[in-house]
Amino acid sequence: MSTPNVTYHTIDGRNAGTWAVLIIFAVMAAIGFLAAMYMDHNGHWVTGMTNHVVWGLPIVVAIFLIVSSTGCLNVASIGSVFEKQPYKPFGRLAGITALAVQAGGLAMLVLDLGRNDRIITFVTNLNPTSIFSLNVFLYSGFFIFVIFYLWTMMDGKKMGHLYRPAALWAFIWRLILTTGSGSIFGFMVSRSAYHSTLVAPLFIALSMSFGLAMYVLVMLWLNASTGRKYPSPELLRRLRILLGILVGVSLYFVVIHHLTNYYTAERRDVEKFLLFGDNVYVPLLWVGFGLIGSVIPMALVLLPARTFGSAKISLGLASALVVFGGHCFMYAFVVGGEAFPVELFPGKIVSSSFGDGAIAHYAPSLPEWLLVIGGYGVTGLLITVVIWALPMLPSSFPSEADQKLH
Amino acid sequence: MSESFEVSRRALLGGAAAFTAATLAPGVVLYARSTSEPVTNAVRWGMLIDVNQCQAGCTACVDACNTEFGLISHGRPDTDPQWIRKVTVKDRDTGYTQSFPVMCQHCAHPPCVDVCPTGASFRRADGIVLINRHICVGCRYCEMACPYMARNFVHEDVTDQKPYAPRGKGTSEACTMCVHRVDAGRVPACVEACTAAGHATMLFGDLNDPNSEISKRVAAVKTSQIRSDLRTDPGVRYQGL
Repeated sequence: MSTPNVTYHTIDGRNAGTWAVLIIFAVMAAIGFLAAMYMDHNGHWVTGMTNHVVWGLPIVVAIFLIVSSTGCLNVASIGSVFEKQPYKPFGRLAGITALAVQAGGLAMLVLDLGRNDRIITFVTNLNPTSIFSLNVFLYSGFFIFVIFYLWTMMDGKKMGHLYRPAALWAFIWRLILTTGSGSIFGFMVSRSAYHSTLVAPLFIALSMSFGLAMYVLVMLWLNASTGRKYPSPELLRRLRILLGILVGVSLYFVVIHHLTNYYTAERRDVEKFLLFGDNVYVPLLWVGFGLIGSVIPMALVLLPARTFGSAKISLGLASALVVFGGHCFMYAFVVGGEAFPVELFPGKIVSSSFGDGAIAHYAPSLPEWLLVIGGYGVTGLLITVVIWALPMLPSSFPSEADQKLH
Repeated sequence: MSESFEVSRRALLGGAAAFTAATLAPGVVLYARSTSEPVTNAVRWGMLIDVNQCQAGCTACVDACNTEFGLISHGRPDTDPQWIRKVTVKDRDTGYTQSFPVMCQHCAHPPCVDVCPTGASFRRADGIVLINRHICVGCRYCEMACPYMARNFVHEDVTDQKPYAPRGKGTSEACTMCVHRVDAGRVPACVEACTAAGHATMLFGDLNDPNSEISKRVAAVKTSQIRSDLRTDPGVRYQGL
C-alpha cells in the first residue's frame, strides 16, 4: 500500500466559501486573459518590454512558477521515493499543486508570446537544437508523468505496483525539467550575466526551496479554510528543517554563482552592476532575496519554534517570505541580466541610437501586472477545482508512533 | 553512384554560378539566380566594412535600409526597429574613437538559429540568416541569444509593407542582407547607398569566390569579426577595427 491508514476527502462544493474562492480565481484568470488580449491587439509597445529588455515581468513570474512547480513535488517525492511516512498523506496535494503551479506559469509564458495563436508550431515545426523546444517536451512530460504518478497514488489496488517506479520517474523528470529551465539561460553566450554551467544546478536548488514554500502556503491555506489539522506535528517539524536547509542550499548556489562571475575580470562589470550598481536589481537581490527571502526565513524555521510563538505560523511566514524573495531573485536575475548591455566590444566604451553600451530601462506596465495576476488565478483555480472534484486532502493520518519510525 | 551524382551536380551548379557571376565595378556584383534554382553553399555572401572609411556623421546606410524596408520611427526609441545602426566605439585608455555600421552579422553558426524553438530563424545555404515570419511565435529567444543585438521585435502594427520583405506585429526581424536584391543580382541597399555617398566603406560579395573583390580584399588586408571569440563566424568582416 502506498499510503497506509490514510483516508482522503474532497472540499465541500455547496459551501459558499468554496464558490467565493472559485469566483475570485476565475476573475483573476479572466483579468490576465484580457490583459494578454490587450497586449496582443496593440502589440508589445504597450508593455514595458523593449528591444533590449525583451523578457519582462510576465516571463519573470512564469519562470518562477515553472521552476517552483517541480519543487512543489518535493513532499510527494520524499514520501514515495525516500519512504518517509509523515509526508505520504500529502503526496496527492503535492502532485496537483505542482501541476497547477506549472500550468499557471505556462499560461503566462504562452500569453506573453508575440504570436500566441501560432503555439501549435512549437510542435509542428520543432527545432531540436533549441532549449525551448526541449522544454516543451519536458513540460508536457511533467504533466503526463505526474498525472500517472497521481493515478498510482489514488488507485492503490490496480496501480499500486507502479507507485514507486512512477514516483522515481517523476522525481528524475523534475530534475531534468529544471535543468532545462536553467539551461535556457545557462547556454546563452550572448549575455554575460547568464552564461554559466552553474545556472542549471542553481535553478534546481531554487526549485527545491521556492516549490516547497509554495506548497506549504497551499497546505496552510487549506488548513485554515477546511479546519483540518495540517500538517501533523511530526510533518510540521520536518518541513521546518527541510525548508531551512533548502533555502540555505539555494543561497549557497546564488552566492557561488555571483562569486564565480565576480572573480573573472571579463564578468566583473556585469557583477558590479548586479551587486553594487545604482539600480533596482541590487536591493532586490540583497534585501529581497538575500535578507527577506533567505536569512529571515532560515531563522524562522531553524531557530526553536517557541522563539516565534507558533511553529505553524512561523513556517507559513517563512514560506511567504521565500516566495517573495523568489520573485525578487528572478526579477534581478532575468531583467537585471538583460538590462546590462550586450558586450559587442568588451572593454570599450560603446554608444549608438540603439542603446549599445547603455543600461536598458524597464518598468512593468499595468497589463503585465494583470497578466501575472491571471497566472496565479489559473493556478488557484486549478487547485480548487481538482480538490473539489477529487479526494486529494487527507482526513486521517498514520499514528505519530508509526510516523516516527521512518 | 549517388555520391558521384551529388558531386557532379555540385560541380555543375558551381560552374553555373561562376558563369553567371561577373564583377561590374567595385562593390557591385551581378549574380542573378533563377527562383527555381536552389540556393547552395557554393556561395557565401558576406560583407566587408572598412571602418576607417566610414564617416562619423553619415547615416546613408541606415537611411537606405529604413527606406528599403519601410522602417519608421514611432518616437519610441526602445521599441522602434533598427536593422542597421551606427555604433561609436571608444577606447577607454586612449580615447581613440571609431564609428561604423553594425547589423545582423549573418553568422555561419548563428545562436539565433540554434535557440529558435520553431525553426523560424534559419540560415540559407549561401550564408544569409533570415526569419520565416509565418512560423515565428514571437518568443524573443533569438533576441536574447544574439551576441550582436541585431534582432528586433515588431512591437506594433506595421503599414506600408514592402512585398519583398513582409513584416508582422509580434514577430522578430532583422537585416536580411537584402536577400530580395541579392537574389536578383543586386547589392544590398546599405552598400549601394554607401557607394553612392562616395565613401566606399561597405563591400558586398561572395566570400567563397577567390576572384571576387571581397575575397581579394580580405586576403590582402587584416580584417576581423565582432566577438570572434564566440566562434559564430560572422559573414560580416571589419577592416581597421
